[in-house]
Amino acid sequence: MEKANVLEMKKIHKAFGGLKALVDVNIELRHGEIIGLVGDNAAGKSTLMKILSGAYHADEGSIFFNGREVAITNPRIAKQMGIEMIYQDLELCPNLDVPANLFLGREVITKPFIRFLKKRIMEDETVSILRKLKIDVKNPGLRIDKLSGGQQQAVAIGRAVSFNPKIVIMDEPTANLAVVEIDKVLDLTLRLKEHGISIIIISHRLDDVFRVSDRIYVLKHGCIAAVKEKAKTNKEEIIKLMFMEAHERQGQRARQ
Amino acid sequence: MNSVNNPENNGESISGFKIKDYAIYLIMLGIFIVFAFFLRNRGFLSIINLMNIFRQTAIISIMAVGFTFVIASGEFDLSIGSTVALSALIGSLMLQRTGIFPSVIAAVAVGAAIGFVNGFFVVRARMPSFLATIAMMGIIHGLARWITHLQAIPVLNDRFTYIFGGGNLGPIPTLFVWTLIVMVFGQIAMVKTLFGRKVLATGGNVVAARLAGINTDKVKWVLFIIMGMIASLAGLLYTGRLHAARYTYGGQDLFTIVAAVVIGGNSIYGGTGTIIGAVVGSLILGMVNNGLILFGFSVDQQVIFRGVMILVAVALSPSAPKE
Repeated sequence: MEKANVLEMKKIHKAFGGLKALVDVNIELRHGEIIGLVGDNAAGKSTLMKILSGAYHADEGSIFFNGREVAITNPRIAKQMGIEMIYQDLELCPNLDVPANLFLGREVITKPFIRFLKKRIMEDETVSILRKLKIDVKNPGLRIDKLSGGQQQAVAIGRAVSFNPKIVIMDEPTANLAVVEIDKVLDLTLRLKEHGISIIIISHRLDDVFRVSDRIYVLKHGCIAAVKEKAKTNKEEIIKLMFMEAHERQGQRARQ
Repeated sequence: MNSVNNPENNGESISGFKIKDYAIYLIMLGIFIVFAFFLRNRGFLSIINLMNIFRQTAIISIMAVGFTFVIASGEFDLSIGSTVALSALIGSLMLQRTGIFPSVIAAVAVGAAIGFVNGFFVVRARMPSFLATIAMMGIIHGLARWITHLQAIPVLNDRFTYIFGGGNLGPIPTLFVWTLIVMVFGQIAMVKTLFGRKVLATGGNVVAARLAGINTDKVKWVLFIIMGMIASLAGLLYTGRLHAARYTYGGQDLFTIVAAVVIGGNSIYGGTGTIIGAVVGSLILGMVNNGLILFGFSVDQQVIFRGVMILVAVALSPSAPKE
């Protein structure tokens, strides 16, 4: 039996002036599924995800969340619904430590009058979040910019997950990471899935997409060029779908 | 491999003891020892001289606390010097007509109003604070010269001069008490409260702070207002200490305050908030100044020396955030 969809984006259109960024895009995300979103630069991946996370508005189309149509008019609404986007440029403060970043904007404080920070509680909570996700940060008291790129990415993911999201969107989570660290971040991504979170991952690195996703959406010139089950495709096919025009593919097939 | 991605490369952690965190205190101690030795016959160590250093640095320290907050949020306020003068003059003019309380309120209101306007230009008009506040500096300085035609306003109210920096509380000058109060409040606000956290987040990564739901505009605006009020307090303290208000008050202070804040270990790019460091930085500058005088250097040479110290401090301070 097919798992139910946590998210459906239907007939999404978006233009910036005369430039058609998205044309009739349909996406389905099932419960506990990871989908990869691939495509050349300016294929519309980020635009689509910004619409989902409330940063942009679609010109046309509708979004269904758990079967109900929703209007995601701003990022706050997306967050409230349980959609967390982890941005490529990391939404972390480099000068603050791990607990401060995990709790940024929702600090635990003493209630009346002067709002003192309850640092101890946030530190303990941080340790348990990191442990739950098996995130390897030995000294959470360090400033974020003293951590490695992978650890920073892990903290950003940890922050997103601590909001108990239903959907996590990752925009190039492995860009600018050392090879060892890419593995760790991908492992972490798979662990999120075990925690019942559905994930959309945008990446230029097909290896990463193949490693974690269940299905792969290929975007091209703002349209969905193909949707493939990972098990039924390979990198070569995806690359062709990403870069070759439809008639070129036809021609190639005819020659074979 | 990229050194940024190497977590072991902190370069400062030696078995948990971070030399960098204590460098400022060691520098102060070092300078003190050097002066104590070389100036031992010129009265450096006398109680009167040491008290004098404290007294001369107190007002700078107070403003350095406020400035640390502003710089921590990633902004500058260059108008503080002239705010000191205008508040002092307004306060003194009021004092000739009314009591202490309304005069103090009026003076602080001047600072708050200037801070409000600074905040407006930075937050609403999206002007760089560097430019907005330097423009304000000129306007306020002109006002301060104008309202009294460059005349000093004498203050004959003994209670006022006692409270604001002229008196002693037992053996302790009231200036110390003010400095201590501002420093302790500043330190607690920066380190222990939600407000301090918001300030640091704003200065660390304004986009991240905003995405996390922090109203960074409000944070900055409030900081400009607080900074203005602190500059007003400084103006009142100058007035109390010198029994008069003059349009020249605070005119040379900006340079020293920035130096103190940076020497204290704060990054001019925002995101650091070392209140105690700023006060120690101010003490170091005061001590060096005092030492240079005792060594027989001229005022001009002292100014040059202070400039060199800022350059060294900036060179050693936390680097610019990587893009």
